[in-house]
Amino acid sequence: MLGNIIKKELKELLTLSTLIFMISIAFMYAIIGQSIGKAVHETPQKVNIGIVNLDKGSFGELIEHVLKQSANVVYIGKSEEEGLRRLKEKNGVALIAIPEGFTQNILSGRQGELEIVWIMRGTGIADLISTGRVQGVLGMINQEIAKKLMERYGVKDPEAVLNPFTQKAFTILKEKRLSLSPAQIGEKMSSQTTLTSIVIMMLILGAGGSVISSMGLEKENKTLETLLTLPIKRSHIVVGKIVAASIVGFIMAVIYMVGFSFYLKGLVPSSPTSGVGTDIGLNLQMKDYTLFGISLFITLLAGISLSMILGLFAENYKSSQMLSFPIVGLATFSMLLTMFKDLDTLPTVLKIVAFLIPFTHPMIALRLLMFGKIQLVVWGIVYVSVFTGVIIFIITKIFNSDRLITGRKRRRATS
Amino acid sequence: MLAVEVEDLSKSFGEIEAVRNIGFEIREGEIFGLIGPNGAGKTTTLRIIATLLKPDFGSVKVFGYDVQRDGEKIREIISYLPEDAGAYRNLTGREYLEFIARFFAKRGKFHEMVKRGVEIAKLGDRITDKISTYSKGMMRRLLVARTLMVNPKLAILDEPTSGLDVVNAIEVRNIIKDSTMAGTTILLSSHNMLEVEFLCDRIALMNNGRIVEAGKPEELKSKYNAKNIEEVFVEVVKCSEI
Repeated sequence: MLGNIIKKELKELLTLSTLIFMISIAFMYAIIGQSIGKAVHETPQKVNIGIVNLDKGSFGELIEHVLKQSANVVYIGKSEEEGLRRLKEKNGVALIAIPEGFTQNILSGRQGELEIVWIMRGTGIADLISTGRVQGVLGMINQEIAKKLMERYGVKDPEAVLNPFTQKAFTILKEKRLSLSPAQIGEKMSSQTTLTSIVIMMLILGAGGSVISSMGLEKENKTLETLLTLPIKRSHIVVGKIVAASIVGFIMAVIYMVGFSFYLKGLVPSSPTSGVGTDIGLNLQMKDYTLFGISLFITLLAGISLSMILGLFAENYKSSQMLSFPIVGLATFSMLLTMFKDLDTLPTVLKIVAFLIPFTHPMIALRLLMFGKIQLVVWGIVYVSVFTGVIIFIITKIFNSDRLITGRKRRRATS
Repeated sequence: MLAVEVEDLSKSFGEIEAVRNIGFEIREGEIFGLIGPNGAGKTTTLRIIATLLKPDFGSVKVFGYDVQRDGEKIREIISYLPEDAGAYRNLTGREYLEFIARFFAKRGKFHEMVKRGVEIAKLGDRITDKISTYSKGMMRRLLVARTLMVNPKLAILDEPTSGLDVVNAIEVRNIIKDSTMAGTTILLSSHNMLEVEFLCDRIALMNNGRIVEAGKPEELKSKYNAKNIEEVFVEVVKCSEI
């Protein structure tokens, strides 16, 4: 009986058009990520530049030397006009002009001035990357000239003057001593926590949206009355809808995540796979993954149950889509909160709000488990389980009442 | 055995008293009609018997089972067709019949039940098309088929020919009449009094939530010296308002 309900729900919710829509969205994500990645990858390491050197001193020669090593020099001469013409022919990025007396000015204690004529073909990512590379080379030239000047003034180790100290950072994070700076830890953890929060949000929205749609379709197709008079327990109808929505939500999340992982891979090739734990000594054990799995499963049920309550108020499919906004709002709030803030650093009121929203718990579970805060995860699971139990109890009560048919509370006649 | 026993039944929605202290009995194997204008309380009464709504007062029994206590038992022996019912639009007609049959069919009877449904629906090759492509008449035939194919002990039909053209309506009436031969008791509601006169063994006339008269169509016609049930209804309403 339960299988019959689940099968029917899946047929209603997983139509070909729904699947095509989901795959298209995932495909779009993948294409965007890959396109950006391709643009970065295809930008040559050595960009084409031109040099107009009117200086007769040693620093002019030094600049020529550094530029020849770091870029493809397509023009060296005295004419800016000729240089620009060659650059345009060779898709060059910049013409660097060293004015007459550049070396002399610096040696006499004044600042020298390089003139750079940038050639931008567009405002795309690839154009900006190319100009960024030339800026990097100019930074190197600055350092080289500074070193030469220091040598001239008798400094034995110019490198030590330019970088008088190095940093060996240790960070104490939640009673753990890590051999990394906060910036490095943040960089390593952000990709993992971002991905976890996004996956969980998608899973909840996918499954929740499915169950709300299911209730909306029952009302729109006027099939609910028939369903409620079939020889099956009302609680089985509720469970059937919840299980089917979980399956649909899981399929949706997998499809979206495949697309999203391609998107992230395109942007930062290593981010989705960079293991946080192994890199910074915060390893997760099997029991941690089990707790995370339980937290995720219970929260998914909470999301679906909450959606089902909202779905009971749907009059048709269209209105059911509107009713999913509270779930979208709560899930997005939890996602943004866990992506940008750590629960420990939040003000007390926000901490309570975050704890009360069931969706927050699996989003923070991995981070908590990494720092050994198992108790908080367990309490989260207990809270979400109780929350889900109460919601399912209310749903079953509504299914057994007149409310689902009449949309009103049952009132006793006074006669 | 009595198929349905309704005693002193009342149901209100807020200030509106939809059903007021009504009572009637339906014998096993008969076709019983509740007739009356829109808003008379027919659908509310049927929904209570079908276990969709709970009564405020009174008692309702279906083959001895109480609707308040034995809802699940009752749902095993009834089949309910709501007035504006629909079906799952992404399923084909056959898939819909199979979906319903899985709830009712005893071991080995599933295919037989679906076959019977297909025969009653008389949709030909269109039975394998998606329901979303069906006309209103085709949809209603499919729904009548799914209601009767399960051989319920009691079929509750709310306005079974509502919105159908003459040809489809006659066809549905014939299907209903034939189903009693398989032992099904029929409780139907209609505001089409000629239809009820044609189909029903006994009728109850409802107005403003009350049953204002009940009996066999022929007896009622002779009692009120009327040519048809429509005239009976007008006379009964006049008398009840005096």
